[in-house]
Amino acid sequence: MSDFRFYGSGIPGVSLSDLQGKLIVVEGTDGVGRSTQVEKLRFWLEQRGHAVLDTGLTRSALAGKGLKRAKQGNTLNLITHTLVYATDFADRLENQIIPALRAGFIVLTDRYIYSQIARAVVRGADEVWTRDVFSIALVPTSIFYLKADVEHLVPRVAFNRGFDYWESGMDMGLGRDMYESFCRYQTRLLEIFDRMAPFYGFNVIDANGDAEAVFENLRRRTRALIGETDSAPPAAGTGRVRKARKAS
Amino acid sequence: MLRYSQHRFPGRLITVEGIDGSGKSTQLALLHRWLAGEGYPVRFSEWNSSALVKQITSRGKKKQILTPTTFCLTHAADFADRVEHDVIPALRSGGIVLSDRYIYTAFARDVVRGVDPQWVRRVYRFAVKPTLAFYFRVPLDVALGRILGGRNALKYYEAGMDLDLSNDVEESFKIFQSKILKQYDALVKEFGLIVIDATMPIEEQQAQMRALVKDKLAGLKRIN
Repeated sequence: MSDFRFYGSGIPGVSLSDLQGKLIVVEGTDGVGRSTQVEKLRFWLEQRGHAVLDTGLTRSALAGKGLKRAKQGNTLNLITHTLVYATDFADRLENQIIPALRAGFIVLTDRYIYSQIARAVVRGADEVWTRDVFSIALVPTSIFYLKADVEHLVPRVAFNRGFDYWESGMDMGLGRDMYESFCRYQTRLLEIFDRMAPFYGFNVIDANGDAEAVFENLRRRTRALIGETDSAPPAAGTGRVRKARKAS
Repeated sequence: MLRYSQHRFPGRLITVEGIDGSGKSTQLALLHRWLAGEGYPVRFSEWNSSALVKQITSRGKKKQILTPTTFCLTHAADFADRVEHDVIPALRSGGIVLSDRYIYTAFARDVVRGVDPQWVRRVYRFAVKPTLAFYFRVPLDVALGRILGGRNALKYYEAGMDLDLSNDVEESFKIFQSKILKQYDALVKEFGLIVIDATMPIEEQQAQMRALVKDKLAGLKRIN
């Protein structure tokens, strides 16, 4: 039996009872270390014999290229942009996430609809409308929200890859330089995430600490989620390798 | 975000709907000719016209990778771009916008594809309510007679081939259009579309349209 359901009316033609796997979402603002954690979690899950599909935003065959171009300067208005992102999300949901769940995979996604909603709402999109548009989404098995304060985010970004135009919300005219803009933009995003947390039932993980501590927390909660209690990896040959069923 | 009926602009928005072969585009072109001749500033708008979104839509269509949901969303994105770039600026500056197909096309087409009727209405909540929304009602066989044979080939999505209605393109098109007709009939009531009998002579349909449009022109500025 499957516990999956859609937030809204969902995707036509999808039978929820066919979905076997788990959908694990890792959310959080820019610079919080999401991709590092996703990579670690994937490695750990695979070691334990689980088949994992990892996926992120704007990688769909359909709209991925268009979104890239949009970022390169062909500016779209807010509603259009949100709908193009929603197209991209729907394409990934139908062509990657759902088939993998049918086949019994653990789908690990670096961000989900919540980042999309936040980036639209922070720019002035109607929150109810944006949530409605993204209500095609499957409700995840769990949403891990990596939460860090802006004071912790700033040095991580500044001393790693540096500030990025979009992550700093430079399109919004919030500040004259990237540092100022980043702080203001990320503060607003965090407020929106805080509002969404109880609404969508986020599993909040304190991400102010170092990556190892954050991962320890994430791993403990994931272990509970997939019903494993022992902390040692299974011995060779006795692993709980799930048989990947053929997607039909 | 302003909803469907909340927009207040000095201009006028006139839309036409109907299945392929209903003659709606011909009628809109004639209306355009007349309004421009009367000196009104007119902006013409149609589906699939925005450059960036068009690239995504045509890619999806060419590769036939659109599902009912992504078909709906890409067209909504295109529509939103069109509303922002063509429709609203022209309406704000007091002009007349003529739109060949509008949100009702999506409501009919996407619902036939299995998309939830309430969801698609919510997605399009940002649309501006037309001053006049015409629907050209025509029996299926009349429309088919005008289209089939007149064009080289029916396109994949246009014929609803993605719905597996039939392996035969023409047969699939017929079934698809008949389902769309049923949706339109329901939309007439829900949105108060003005029904024009599209089996009448072209001149007569145009005269009916012009009479109704004329009533809505009071106070509009002419540019020459």
